[in-house]
Amino acid sequence: MVASIPYITLAWLVPAFPLLGFLITGLAKNRLKNNQAGILASTLVSLSFLISVLLFFTMKSSGQESATLTLFNWISAGDMKIPFAFMIDHLSIIMMLIVTGVGSLIHIYSIGYMHDDERVNTFFAQMNLFTFSMLLLVMGANYLILFIGWEGVGFCSYLLIGFWFKNPDYNYAARKAFVMNRIGDLGFILGIILLFFTFKSVSFTEVFSQAATLQTGAPMITLITLLLLVGAVGKSAQIPLYTWLPDAMAGPTPVSALIHAATMVTAGIYMIARSSILYNLAPITLNIIIVIGLATAILAAIVGLRQNDIKKVLAYSTVSQLGYMFLALGLGAYSAAVFHLTTHAFFKALLFLGAGSIIHAMGGEQDIRKMGGLKKKMPVTFLTFLTATLAISGIPPFSGFFSKDQILTDAFENNPVLYVLALGGALITCFYMFRLLYLVFYGNQRLSTSHPHESPRVMTIPLIILSVLSVFGGFLNIPSLFGGDSGFSEFLHKTIISKITAELDNTTEIGLIIASLILLGLVILLAYRTYVKKAVVPAKDGEKISVFGRIIANKFYLDEIYSAVFEKPFGFLSDFFYNQIETKILDPIIDEIGILTSRLGDLVRKLQQGIMSFYFFAMVAGILLFIIFILIV
Amino acid sequence: MKEISSAIQLIPLENYIGLSVALFSIGMMGVLFRRNTIAILMCLELMFNSVNLLLTAFSAYHSDPSGQVFVFFIMIVAAAEVAVGLAIVVMMKRNVDSVDINLLNRLKW
Repeated sequence: MVASIPYITLAWLVPAFPLLGFLITGLAKNRLKNNQAGILASTLVSLSFLISVLLFFTMKSSGQESATLTLFNWISAGDMKIPFAFMIDHLSIIMMLIVTGVGSLIHIYSIGYMHDDERVNTFFAQMNLFTFSMLLLVMGANYLILFIGWEGVGFCSYLLIGFWFKNPDYNYAARKAFVMNRIGDLGFILGIILLFFTFKSVSFTEVFSQAATLQTGAPMITLITLLLLVGAVGKSAQIPLYTWLPDAMAGPTPVSALIHAATMVTAGIYMIARSSILYNLAPITLNIIIVIGLATAILAAIVGLRQNDIKKVLAYSTVSQLGYMFLALGLGAYSAAVFHLTTHAFFKALLFLGAGSIIHAMGGEQDIRKMGGLKKKMPVTFLTFLTATLAISGIPPFSGFFSKDQILTDAFENNPVLYVLALGGALITCFYMFRLLYLVFYGNQRLSTSHPHESPRVMTIPLIILSVLSVFGGFLNIPSLFGGDSGFSEFLHKTIISKITAELDNTTEIGLIIASLILLGLVILLAYRTYVKKAVVPAKDGEKISVFGRIIANKFYLDEIYSAVFEKPFGFLSDFFYNQIETKILDPIIDEIGILTSRLGDLVRKLQQGIMSFYFFAMVAGILLFIIFILIV
Repeated sequence: MKEISSAIQLIPLENYIGLSVALFSIGMMGVLFRRNTIAILMCLELMFNSVNLLLTAFSAYHSDPSGQVFVFFIMIVAAAEVAVGLAIVVMMKRNVDSVDINLLNRLKW
């Protein structure tokens, strides 16, 4: 037993609490009244959070970098030995804090948001199951436990997207998310199998210590990292598998906040950051990640410009921000990616919860063209939403500024072209976020029938806490330029090995920041002039718009292309196999076999007369024949 | 033990084999041609015991006790079998008032 962190033995409680909550709320869902399920679920997740905080501080004070808690031997077959173990190190403790911290805030918020839903107990059961799976994912000490969590969160995501299953569109969205994730999962599990073949182990510590001896760019390692990347692309909604995430907004808004913004979709980022040692050995894969990340960041941001559903805008913004994280991963700046993941979890959860508060106030209306003038009616929601918008746009000193700036600087060190493209994406992000803000909160109220009101306290308090985090979260990692110590990155560097070593000189960096700030200011001004001064309201669905506008509004027709290229031929092929091969060839053959057997049975039935002496005789004759046969042969 | 083994070995092995074969054949004939269920059960016992005899004889000649241990197992199984078999016979007698084996063909499907 290696020296370990004090209280490490408590680590198993962190996932155990949500599991307990799932079992209680799930099994007793017909008995729990009013808010009981919500309060129970929130309390249990908060307890997990407290234990995570305890572990974090004991870990910091003890100076230990990682500790493993083995619960039991899970699989033991031949030379495959996989213990059911948790690994707590600097990366997983940060993820645990995010999952349980943001998770408990969203659970509390959901008590208010879901209070009049008839299946509220089921909702909390599924949310707790999700939290449990996500914790397995980030705490697992080997790829197989990570994979269980990975599948678990995918399944819970399916359940929760289709939570209002009476609407067939929502069901379709849930299935789409599930299928898209499966495509990624296939690559992921192939990657794990290949890992086992190469290293004869799936445990993180063993794989990484063996990988250190491998050569950079070895074909095997490239293949493994590519397959793992396929999984990450599916889970983290990158091109070409991102189309499920915008549709996933069919679920209740807290679900979008927790699963499709703050935690589950970051699983891919976590997994790649966790495997940083492998990825550092595969420069080809890293380049592919850069291309995927950058393309996703920009494409999704462009699509976000033309969306009119408040949640769809945020969904595309999530895809785009995940693209930035991928870009950082591809550049080898893993800690920057995880830092952006952290700040993004704060401000994107806040944006979604704010959107939920607005939707709640508008009585279920999600179309931003019908909102407007909510600033006075919902002051708390407005202020918190404003801080989140400033944070995501990268305005200092809000958290998004520090995390995004770090990625942009890393991009500049690698290649100025990357920097320009990434900055372009950031400007578009800024524009559509302010477009959203202005359309929703400024101007006149465009839907006269509704009477918006501020949400109850159980919903606004999580908003306020998250908004404080969005404002000050960036101070976790102040770069040396501003006299900080990059505490967050330093903390992570003990676990994950970043590739970038070169440092920009201060003048260049300050120049870059000033340039980007001026551009951001101009973009905000442009959005202000368009949507507040001129009070432009986006065109109605039927109205004619320019060709480009139409292409963007239709998300580059990607859904249609996928449908034409994959879905339709698949459906056609299935139909063909069913109508022609199955019913006309296979079914008759199977039927004939069955009929033949029963005919033969009829023939042989005559032997079974029920006369005991005959049976004896047959038996003795048989034995005699057998003996004769043995004697002759 | 030693004396019993040597006592068994006083008689040549062929005699044991001959006796066993005779007993076994008688038993088999009985099973095949008798219709009385009780007689059939007795013939079955006869076959068992002919085999037991052979096992004991061989075991003594080989000086290997495992054959004799095996005989005990066969006896236990045979006792259990008789218990079940006789119970069936009793039930037969009660239900059809006969122990003729061929009446059992009523049980067929």
